[in-house]
Amino acid sequence: MKKKNILFRRSFLFIVVMAYLITGFFDTDIPVKAAKLSLGTLIRLIPVFLLVLFFMALFDYFINILEVAKKINKTSGVKRYLIAMIGGLISSGPVYMWYPLLKEMRDKGIGCDSIAVFIYCRSIKPPLIPIMIFYFGLKYTIILSFVIAIMSIIQGIIMMELEKINVL
Amino acid sequence: MNKKLLSSLKKSVRELLSMIELLLGTIFLLSLVSILVPKEKYTSIFGGNHAVDSIIGSILGSVSIGSPVVSYIIGGELLNRGISLIAVTSFLVAWVTVGLIQLPVEAAFLGRKFAIIRNLISFLFSMIVAVTTVILLGLI
Repeated sequence: MKKKNILFRRSFLFIVVMAYLITGFFDTDIPVKAAKLSLGTLIRLIPVFLLVLFFMALFDYFINILEVAKKINKTSGVKRYLIAMIGGLISSGPVYMWYPLLKEMRDKGIGCDSIAVFIYCRSIKPPLIPIMIFYFGLKYTIILSFVIAIMSIIQGIIMMELEKINVL
Repeated sequence: MNKKLLSSLKKSVRELLSMIELLLGTIFLLSLVSILVPKEKYTSIFGGNHAVDSIIGSILGSVSIGSPVVSYIIGGELLNRGISLIAVTSFLVAWVTVGLIQLPVEAAFLGRKFAIIRNLISFLFSMIVAVTTVILLGLI
């Protein structure tokens, strides 16, 4: 499994390099612009990387994830989803930065439903709310955020049911 | 620094480094896609039919990447050009909840079935959220 994962990671990177080479064959400007954009993104992501690293180390140091996972799984659905929702709301940076932590939590027994609620709730971005209000108005922003929060719970319930019947 | 803290830090660095290929690959792929598909092309894709535009909005949002702020700017522009609020909302919601480009990475970490089903549900939900939001906006 570990070998398969390494192979997948390497192949993925290889495909991306090939995509750059192929686009460069048609227009050299495209891969150059994309590489510059990527470097800019990487620089902007450094604080997020550090934040994730900090959280991972903090989790490992203070929290026995196995115990937390057991406790979260024992709590009622509402409480469990509320924790996942708050986690999703306060997490920053691109979602793929959180996959390692989510994988670790899933490996330790956190259900698919809580992970799905966490990911869905990440679509509500508290720091960006003023910008959304600027473009679409306060009423729209409040209603949309509320509907997204409700739908995250519904998605969690669907994932839980699918997990129960071994679809996941 | 005590031994346990140092070991936790080392473990975390090791874990993060083990995913570096995937993370770098994703960042470079997302940048290439955003260069290949200029955002200004989006407005010309919508036809005027609310239902079809809503599906188009969700599809566009699903394959788009970048900060949600970019989606707000495009969404604002689409509204100014007469695209329906349902279509724009579908686009905004799919942008942040569906990740077709990063699907392989999500699958690698959280499982193929989980990633596909979660993204499929989120895609359908983007349209449901849009319709519900616009209806509630009219009622309240």
